[in-house]
Amino acid sequence: MHRAFCWLLAAFLALAAPTAFAADLAPLVRGLGAGNYAETEKAIAGLAETGDPAVVPVIEALQAGDLHVRKSDGAVVVAKRAGNGYALTDPLTGGAIGEADRNAVEKIRINNALRRTISATLGALTLMSPDAGTRRQAAEAVFKSRDANALDALNTALAKESDERVRRAMTQARASVLLAGDAPDADKVAAVAVLQERGDQDARALLNGAANTGSDAVKDAATKAIASVEQRLALWGAAQNLWYGLSLGSVLLLAAIGLAVTFGVMGVINMAHGEMVMIGAYATFLVQEAFRQWAPGLFDLSILVALPVAFLVSGAVGVAIERSVIRWLYGRPLETLLATWGLSLALQQAVRSIFGPTNREVGAPSWMSGAFELGGLTITYGRLWIVVFAFLVFGALLVALRKTWFGLSIRAVTQNRSMANAMGVRTARVDALTFGLGSGIAGLAGVALSQIDNVSPNLGQGYIIDSFMVVVFGGVGNLWGTLVGALALGGVNKFLEPYAGAVLGKILVLIFIILFIQRRPRGLFALKGRAVEA
Amino acid sequence: MLTRFFLMGLDKKAGVLLTVLAVLAVAVPVMALGTAPDSPWHLSTHTVALLGKYLCFALLALSLDLVWGFVGILSLGHAAFFTLGGYAMGMYLMRQIGSRGVYGNADLPDFMVFLNWTELPWYWHGFDQFWFAAIMVMLVPGLLAFAFGWFAFRSRVTGVYLSIITQAMTFALMLAFFRNDMGLGGNNGLTDFKEILGFDIQAASTRVGLFVATVVALAAGYILASAVVASKLGKVLIAVRDAESRVRFLGYETDRYKLFAWTLSACMAGVAGALYVPQVGIINPSEFSPASSIEAVIWVAVGGRGTLAGPVLGAVLVNFGKSYFTAALPELWLFALGGLFVLVTLFLPKGILGLAAQLRDRLPARATVTAKPADQKGV
Repeated sequence: MHRAFCWLLAAFLALAAPTAFAADLAPLVRGLGAGNYAETEKAIAGLAETGDPAVVPVIEALQAGDLHVRKSDGAVVVAKRAGNGYALTDPLTGGAIGEADRNAVEKIRINNALRRTISATLGALTLMSPDAGTRRQAAEAVFKSRDANALDALNTALAKESDERVRRAMTQARASVLLAGDAPDADKVAAVAVLQERGDQDARALLNGAANTGSDAVKDAATKAIASVEQRLALWGAAQNLWYGLSLGSVLLLAAIGLAVTFGVMGVINMAHGEMVMIGAYATFLVQEAFRQWAPGLFDLSILVALPVAFLVSGAVGVAIERSVIRWLYGRPLETLLATWGLSLALQQAVRSIFGPTNREVGAPSWMSGAFELGGLTITYGRLWIVVFAFLVFGALLVALRKTWFGLSIRAVTQNRSMANAMGVRTARVDALTFGLGSGIAGLAGVALSQIDNVSPNLGQGYIIDSFMVVVFGGVGNLWGTLVGALALGGVNKFLEPYAGAVLGKILVLIFIILFIQRRPRGLFALKGRAVEA
Repeated sequence: MLTRFFLMGLDKKAGVLLTVLAVLAVAVPVMALGTAPDSPWHLSTHTVALLGKYLCFALLALSLDLVWGFVGILSLGHAAFFTLGGYAMGMYLMRQIGSRGVYGNADLPDFMVFLNWTELPWYWHGFDQFWFAAIMVMLVPGLLAFAFGWFAFRSRVTGVYLSIITQAMTFALMLAFFRNDMGLGGNNGLTDFKEILGFDIQAASTRVGLFVATVVALAAGYILASAVVASKLGKVLIAVRDAESRVRFLGYETDRYKLFAWTLSACMAGVAGALYVPQVGIINPSEFSPASSIEAVIWVAVGGRGTLAGPVLGAVLVNFGKSYFTAALPELWLFALGGLFVLVTLFLPKGILGLAAQLRDRLPARATVTAKPADQKGV
């Protein structure tokens, strides 16, 4: 009680007049260098009782082994290596107080017992910090360390805590300490309930410990709690896999959707499709460089500007390829395949010659970095935006093909070229623009992939086989098939991964597709009718 | 009877090619072993191995031409059969190292000791015998091709779809062989070979022996392929290439014909791989990469698809160009290769060997003024 009162008083005073206290702390800090371990421990306790946040850096320096005693006057200083000697700073104020020879200072040594005291003290001190985030972190640290020394500090802090989330963290920390120590059964059972509510891996580990060592009542409660926690974990694990699958599926969708246009609608095998993605990623890089150079303040907008730029650059390259090579090869798919493969080699080498073979740095805007937690899921904003973006692109393409005049002419040329021609559709131009559209969408994919993959000349190579698999699996000439194919393959891949490992999972998916093609040579959603025979 | 079968496919082109091969088989050993090292006629061991490598690729191109040129199956995974044959030979060579490895284990290859394996996996047994490895060189690619083709041809997967799933096959194999758990050396593959059939693998005489073996294999492969193509079976194959449904309606079971050619081709590719490994001294999973399969396709296209002699010529020429460019102008090699793909498909649909015929067709057309370009625009 007395100690708790001291804490409160100290905390109150610390908040009221931290600078006034600094002078009084100096003799306590000096006590750290008194000599043996016992004296040091006493000094630490003394410092802790002041509850002054100014003490924290001193004790942290002690923990890091930076705290030294100056031999000339016995002052305690922070000494950091500088050249041959040490640069000295005052542990309380942080101000520089000259340099010293290596022999002029002596390190304050600490042993394991002291280390425990130090971390407990630090935990207790930070539990009283005015910043809620720091308090929460401190509570989490106690939760992990299960240090019985921190229990008093925790109780005190809990009594005056008003923030709901910090309070919960502290309650859980308290439960973990109680469960690990030798508290009465009733307290332990209550602690089990708190941990069950927390319900994550750490809680399960603690409960497992309790189920093996505690008394019967505690064991019973813990076993039940473990079952409930495990069920919850399995559920969140499945949700996590589902999210990863959706995330991978949307990446596949982005990469494959342009191919669904060139291969699915036009029947052109474009092996240079991956390079269109790569060009989109490099366009993003260039746009970001321009922003860094001329408008660093608007960097967050760079990705939005990169979208139309990448679409136009990749689209233009696509139109150029169609006009120069592919139009001579319509109706000869295998030759198209070889010629576009050659183009992909040349494009890769061109990018390598211009930008160099190493990865280029593409930054994430602030609204795409970071993550948030949804129950037991951790979702990064970058991935979330890519999922959203993939569906937006898909929707936009669908609308463009269905509702616009351009989409109408694409479908007309695909279904009956000579009739479309007779009706006044300029088929050659539609061919070029369709190919440009597919390539432009690949460029958009490049903008998104630059956020999660290395921007290097080989970027496209990693996606070309996967995107062909998606299109072939989903069914050629059917955008919905591509959507279903991408999400299904992404999901299957991620659900196999925990059991088979990433590589084996991928191999299994490939084998599955090879077998699937045998059953349905035209994919999941095959076009029916005469169009198939063409 | 059998002699007639093998001889009937040989024409003038075959005569030229076989003569060149015979000259090589005599000249290279003489120049490598029978001349002083400072003589201008001397061939270094390195050059002999390089020539041998080209001829292995030529055999691969020949096997690919058998299916692409004559049956119309564009395989984008033929390097998989080549590499499997290579691994079978590599496993034999690994076992030959015996206790001379870094760890000195008599049974286990170095990489297994490194991974703390204590026992030889079951599929490594038997590879200490050359005859067993020699059978496996053809059996493993052949079985894979048979199983793959059995399913694919029966379900009538054709054209581009077939090409894409052959590519998926070789990609899956690449991923599988990259894994250490496969027990085939993972990333690093199999290397550091010491001897083959008791001969030191680095010695000039062994290299020359391997070269001659490659020449013989290529000649045998050529004779076999041209005999198959010229036989009645070959006529059916060509008919399948040109109009598969029509052949099927005439009562032929086209799947079986395709399966035969496909499996035979895979076995030939396996032999090419097996001869490649001791001459290059290493086999690793990157040989499975789809890019190397597609590169083999361009050899065939450059030389002339459907000519048998063309692919041999194409493989040697393109690889000679690759050796030259990657040493002299490494930046330009991919541009050259990429350009080759585009130019050959656009302007040389029949390859180098078809060039003469193409020109002959063109010349009379000159007389009828500008009919050609106008035609092309209409396409």
